[in-house]
Amino acid sequence: MLNMDNNKDALSPVIEVSQVNKWYGQFHVLRDINLKVMRGEKIVICGPSGSGKSTLIRCINALEEHQEGQIIVDGTELNRDLKNIEKIRRDVGMVFQSFNLFPHLTVLENCTLAPVWVRKESRAEAEKTAMQFLERVQIPDQANKYPGQLSGGQQQRVAIARSLCMNPEVMLFDEPTSALDPEMIKEVLDVMTELAHEGMTMICVTHEMGFARTVADRMIFMDDGQIIEEASPETFFSNPASERTQQFLGQILSH
Amino acid sequence: MLLRLWRDPAWRAVFFQVLLIALVFLGGAWIVNNTLTNLESRGISTGFDFLSQTAGFGINQTLIEYDESFSFMHTFVVGLLNTLLVSSLGVLFATVLGFLMGVARLSSNWLLAKIAAVYIEIFRNIPLLLQIFFWYFAVLGVLPSPRQSISLFDSVFLNVRGVFFPAPVLDSGGMVAFWAFLAAVVIVGVIVLLNRRQRKNTGRPLPWIKTISLAVLLGLPTLSFWLTNGSLHWDFPALKGFNFRGGVGLLPELVALWFALTIYTAAFIAEVVRSGIESVSKGQKEAAAALGLRPGRVMNLVVIPQAMRVIIPPLTNQYLNLIKNSSLATAIGYPDLVNVFAGTTLNQTGQAIEVIAMTMAVYLTISLTVSLLMNMYNRWVALVER
Repeated sequence: MLNMDNNKDALSPVIEVSQVNKWYGQFHVLRDINLKVMRGEKIVICGPSGSGKSTLIRCINALEEHQEGQIIVDGTELNRDLKNIEKIRRDVGMVFQSFNLFPHLTVLENCTLAPVWVRKESRAEAEKTAMQFLERVQIPDQANKYPGQLSGGQQQRVAIARSLCMNPEVMLFDEPTSALDPEMIKEVLDVMTELAHEGMTMICVTHEMGFARTVADRMIFMDDGQIIEEASPETFFSNPASERTQQFLGQILSH
Repeated sequence: MLLRLWRDPAWRAVFFQVLLIALVFLGGAWIVNNTLTNLESRGISTGFDFLSQTAGFGINQTLIEYDESFSFMHTFVVGLLNTLLVSSLGVLFATVLGFLMGVARLSSNWLLAKIAAVYIEIFRNIPLLLQIFFWYFAVLGVLPSPRQSISLFDSVFLNVRGVFFPAPVLDSGGMVAFWAFLAAVVIVGVIVLLNRRQRKNTGRPLPWIKTISLAVLLGLPTLSFWLTNGSLHWDFPALKGFNFRGGVGLLPELVALWFALTIYTAAFIAEVVRSGIESVSKGQKEAAAALGLRPGRVMNLVVIPQAMRVIIPPLTNQYLNLIKNSSLATAIGYPDLVNVFAGTTLNQTGQAIEVIAMTMAVYLTISLTVSLLMNMYNRWVALVER
């Protein structure tokens, strides 16, 4: 269903981040970040707030500019060239903490806006695809409602469907469940888990450790703008190498 | 029993409302009675009979046929049309300039943003009357006399009496060309609709859409005109005596008032637009950008439609201000409604109550109509919430 391009070498990295540094004025938010993401890989990034995890994934689709280092997405280098930025944004989907659905458009129009204006699909075609994805996130019956008429969980599922409509190579999730009530968190995580099982390349910034355990291929722990630890979930949760990671896990897993 | 009613807030509210209405009516009746008695004692006749009397004065800009022999009713209509002319020109151009400046002020281009900021701060902080005087006396007033006109190809003339353009006069074949032009407009309308549908359905516009539309719009009337052996001559403005005759002339009073109203109001509209755009959360822009939409598209498809609901109510206020401010025309002698009707007509007839009431009623009607239309538009763009 996702129509993943199998011809491409499964072992080539789809995202390559090397020696990236970023400052907000004097504040050094990202320090010497190196990260390779393989096609189909699921990565969960966690860490205390202000550690730069959101900034990192926002750099990958150029919502934030990095000042040093190199980011290559699907063979295209992210620099100031607008063409490159446009190409990368077409290939990379993003889901935000605050959903950011367009409140003046219906759910269906939210999903077809970019396919029609960016990918130049016909409206009928775009609507057909959109309905398929809305069915997958289990809200096809809300297609003609406005975002303001939906619950938080429903809105976030629409946001996921909206990104999928662009048929992205990679999905970035920026704390997708942090603004939701506990019972709605599950419906969003279920959709994300299903997506992971279908082979989507995913980078998730989240504190949902249960989700991380079941889905992640690799865990990344960030603190103070640096990647402190990178490990498989088994090692990460049972035997973290750094003391800082142990401390962090101790805090969030204790309740 | 009465005491108990008195302690009931609902009953108490009704009592006070009835009392208030009664007082207002009594006050109103007293004023009307007083006025009528006074008018009678001074021998001033009341009523609207004066409207059919001969006006006896000329007006230097009339959109309809008019001269001294026409009635006061005609001066009323001439003044009203002149007010509507300068107001609609002002509203139209102020909207365009205001939106451009509002968007420019938020531009990431430093120079553009600063130019917009300086423009806004200068023009919204100087009294409008002064700006009208500026355009009228300092800019248009220092232009050369008709004899020394600045001319462009000997056909467009600019001087202290205004701007004069050549006007096309059709000798024959005029009607055919006119109908052909109407037909062309309809055809282009259909093309535009088809294009919109095509774009909605496929995301691609029809090829050559602008060229084709322009060709139809210009070609069809020209062709039909040529085929029917039509002839046309241009009526060039020419110096006759002390001023230009022929062609189309724009009075300096109109130009000054139009410029001042446009530039003054656009500065406020720019701020309204800016606040509207800033009211749209950053997340909206980010989500649209993350989907691959280009900055211009983000603005047109996501930001502006949401900003409109914040922009429209204060924008309506600006439109109403502009229309009412157009009555400052009197200061430079532009023949608007207040000038020719509440001014000259009132002086000549002495029918103060009737004339002022009619003039007020006109502004009230225009303002309420504008408000109504803008409210309808606002309801149309409002967001649907749970």
